[in-house]
Parts: sequence; structure tokens; C-alpha cells
Amino acid sequence: MNKLCSMKEAISASVKNGSSLVIDGFTHLICFAAGHEIIRQRLRGLTAIRLTPDLVYDQLIEAGCVNKLVFSWAGNPGVGSLHALRRRSEAGSSERLELEEYSHFGLLARLLAGSAGLPFWPLNNYFGGDIAQANPAIKTVQCPYTGRELATVPALHPDVAILHCQRADKEGNAQVWGLLGSQKEVAFAAKRVIVVAEQIVPTELIRKDPNRTLVPSIIVSHVVHEPWGCHPSFVQGFYDRDNDFYVKWEDISRQPETYQAYLEEFVYGVEDRRGYLARLESGLLDKLRAKARMCEGVDYGY
Amino acid sequence: MAIEPGQDASASERMTYRAAQELQDGNVVFVGIGLPNLACNLARATHAPGLFMIYESGAVGAIPERLPVSIGDPSLVTDSLAVVSQADIFQCLLQRGLIEVGFLGGAQVDRWGNINTTVIGSYANPKVRLPGSGGACEIAVHARRLLIIMRMSKRTFVEKCDFITSPGHRMNGKSREELGMPGGGPTRIITDLGVLSFDATGEAVLTEVYAGVTPAQVQAACGWPLKTSNALTTSASPDASVLRLLREKLDPKHLYL
Repeated sequence: MNKLCSMKEAISASVKNGSSLVIDGFTHLICFAAGHEIIRQRLRGLTAIRLTPDLVYDQLIEAGCVNKLVFSWAGNPGVGSLHALRRRSEAGSSERLELEEYSHFGLLARLLAGSAGLPFWPLNNYFGGDIAQANPAIKTVQCPYTGRELATVPALHPDVAILHCQRADKEGNAQVWGLLGSQKEVAFAAKRVIVVAEQIVPTELIRKDPNRTLVPSIIVSHVVHEPWGCHPSFVQGFYDRDNDFYVKWEDISRQPETYQAYLEEFVYGVEDRRGYLARLESGLLDKLRAKARMCEGVDYGY
Repeated sequence: MAIEPGQDASASERMTYRAAQELQDGNVVFVGIGLPNLACNLARATHAPGLFMIYESGAVGAIPERLPVSIGDPSLVTDSLAVVSQADIFQCLLQRGLIEVGFLGGAQVDRWGNINTTVIGSYANPKVRLPGSGGACEIAVHARRLLIIMRMSKRTFVEKCDFITSPGHRMNGKSREELGMPGGGPTRIITDLGVLSFDATGEAVLTEVYAGVTPAQVQAACGWPLKTSNALTTSASPDASVLRLLREKLDPKHLYL
């Protein structure tokens, strides 16, 4: 079935006020295009979930879309803080953001349980520290075989998962290479999956290299073709991280005025991703384009 | 930057060099970004060419061609031995007990090597909201030995952490053994003034200072009465060839130095 549609259509069909949502990616494959469309559609009351909420999640917070954040590490990786998150979570804030906090392993384990159809996941973790005290969802269970006590976390089933990938076919069979993050676990845990791809390719090409398919079409509801959809994040083999932007973001996001001006210009002020790309400094995309490093083909014959 | 004869190493360079000395050839190390990343790459470029570097983002056996700007830099993938999902990193490599050395930093550390990267102030109403654990909590639980890298000050070396994100040797009076923790816990805190090790009770002890630093200076930068070893030694400092390697090859844009 052809599930190809625009980002506008995919978001308006899938994300509702109050939805719980993952825009996945671990520094790699973070779909800023999807986050910006959610801001433009002025969705409200979202629960935003990801191990590493970064700039695009902070923008969703600044734009007023998010009431609750479920996370394990929140920052501008390699640079500094998320300033909208800090403004809304430190003492004295009038618009308090609800935080539900794990470590990376804890949140991954929630996704593993969700993707496996189990009610919880055990992990050998959370001894002695304060994370389990701060989060009542972290409990313990006695191992029925060894008698040992293990930490547990509950299954997570986000309403919507948005995954960016290098290439997919129109049905949503999605191939990913480079850092995999938790894309597979998120996709299988979620109730609905939007695949966003740098390239749409024929199904025959997917069939020629089936080991590279991370997410099969049977769990995908929408497919969006969005080249450069991750800028300023990166896509292995397509474009590098725009690190200068991440560094500049520290100053832009520190003051609410400059932050709002950025959103006006690059998010509200454009129709779609094409409009965003057109506003970037000329020559930037050429500078970020990855240099080729092809791998050798393999023989799938029998 | 040209290296002048006799030019002194900066605090970051001394810390990086000292941390690299803790790594042995062939060690399987969970590499953190920043100075730990530099220390691992320095060790690999000098005495430990077979260092097996694993990054939290999924790169296994990485040999990055450039200094990664974040823990998920694409250069970590290029030429890696394997790239695995994060679930595999935490379950199959870390929880399975395969990581020999982990590195952590933080906003606060206490005398037992407990680390805080979560909040300053109360959890419910924090004065400063910090990034949180990431993988730090489980690295502290599972790595067979843990190296902490932090600059010393009364603000960062505190009597009691506001929040224990990553466990050290004793938490609220309980030892790692009593709590059933698999990893060995912190073995060194490498600071800009010297190095702290841990005694049999799990308490930090000053065992090394850099040349020109006195124990009194270290105590002045520490928020608890610091034990000092009777056999205090002077930490090795990087020579000109190491400084050249760090400044010209490993961190030419001075991202971390």
C-alpha cells in the first residue's frame, strides 16, 4: 500500500492534542522537520519522550506544545543546556514542565518491554542512587530463579513514533545505517509509526539488502519524503552535523526574545521544510554534504 | 599552536595525560565525550594502540579520524568494527560485564565517589536543572573500574551530593557489596590539582599532586576534610611530544583543551 504523504498530512493525521510522542534519534537521524511541523500545527499538551531530548524538543517546549517530558539526558550535546527546558523546570517557574526521569538504560528498558509486548522489563540497575527514589515508576521484582532483587520499569507505548531513515519504500520498509539509537524499539513499542526518509526507493532495492531494514512496513502508517529533514542533526552518508549551529544555539536560546525570533523566522515563518532550507545560508548544505565511503556489496544468493 | 621548549601544560592537558596513563593496551573502555575521549585517543596514539573503544551511541571498536564533537558523531561510525543499537550497548556490553573501564564527570562528587549530574538543590524544586544521568548511572554500576575526571572546587567536591545520580563506594551508609553492585566502582578521581584514590573503606584519599601543587591547596578546593596519603607522589606531566600530539593532532581546534 502506498503510504506516501506530506509531513503536514502525516502529522495532522497522527498527532493530536495530548498525544504522547517520540521523535527518535540519538544525535543521528533527529527529524527536526517533524518537530517544526508539530510547532506550526500548534499542537498542545503533548508528552514528549526520548532518551536525549535536544534542540528540537526544546523548541517544542518553548513553543508551548509540551506539558510533560519523559527522558534520561537533556542537553545540547557537546555544547550546553536546553534553555527552554531549564526555564520551565527550575525553581520559581510559573509554567512548570512535568518531568519523568530515567537513566538511558531505564528508558531503553521501557521501550524494550513495549516492543516485546511485556508489561515490564528487568534490569540490574538503580542500586543505592537517588534515581529510583525520584521516580516511583521504577520498582523491583524478585527473580524467581535466583531470588535476587532486580529493578523494573513499566512498558512504554507512545501514541506516535516518528523515525527518520536514509531510505524507505512507499510502503514504509525503512533502512537505516550508522548509529541506530533506539529506533527499532521505539517503532515496535509505538501505537503508530511515521517513517521519514531521505530517499524513497523501489521495494526491489529494499529486497536486495533485507538485513539493512530496521522497521518493516506492517507497523508503519505514513511515509514522508523529506530530504535534509534532520538538519542541523545528521544522516550518515548524506550530511554531517551542523555543529556551528549547535554552538550558536547556546546564545540564540538563552534569551526568550532571540529564541522566539528564531522560531518566527525558521518555523512559523515558513510553509514547510523546503521553506526552511531556503532560509539557510547559501552554500551551507554543500559544506555539510557527506563525502562518500561506500561499503562492499554482499552476496545474498542461495 | 607551536610548542615552545619548557612550555607548561594546561590543567586540561595534565588531566588528559594523567587519565591516559590509567589505560592499558587492550582495555575495553566505555568512552565519554570531552577529556575522557581525548585521554582514550591519546592512549591509543601512544602506549595503548590496541585500546578497544566503545561509545554509548553504539560505535564498537571505534577509531575516529577526527575529534568527535558529540558522543554521537558520524566519524565514530566510519571505520568502526561494529555499530549496535543502544539497547545492545547497555544490555549486551555493559550489563553483561564486558566493560573494563568507564569514565564519568559531573557537577558534584562526594568523598565516596558518588556523582551528581541531575539537579543542584532539591529534586522537586531545583536551583539548577542539570542534564540527568544519561548512561552514567549504569556505567557507575557495571564498569569493572571507573575513572572520574573533574576540576576541583568547594562547589564541586562536596560533603554530600544534592542527588546521587551515579553510585560510588558508599551510599547513605551502604557499601557496593551490600547493595549487590557488580562493578568495582571508582578507582581514581583525576582532578586539575592532583589525583585521589580510594582506601579500603571506599573513601577518597589524595595520593598524587601535580608539580608545584601543595596538599593545602588541594584541601582548600575540597568541601570535606580530605585524607592525604603518607606516600604522596607527584603526578607525571606530559612532555613536549605529548603536548604536540594533543594540540596539533588530537584537538587541533581546541574543542576540549
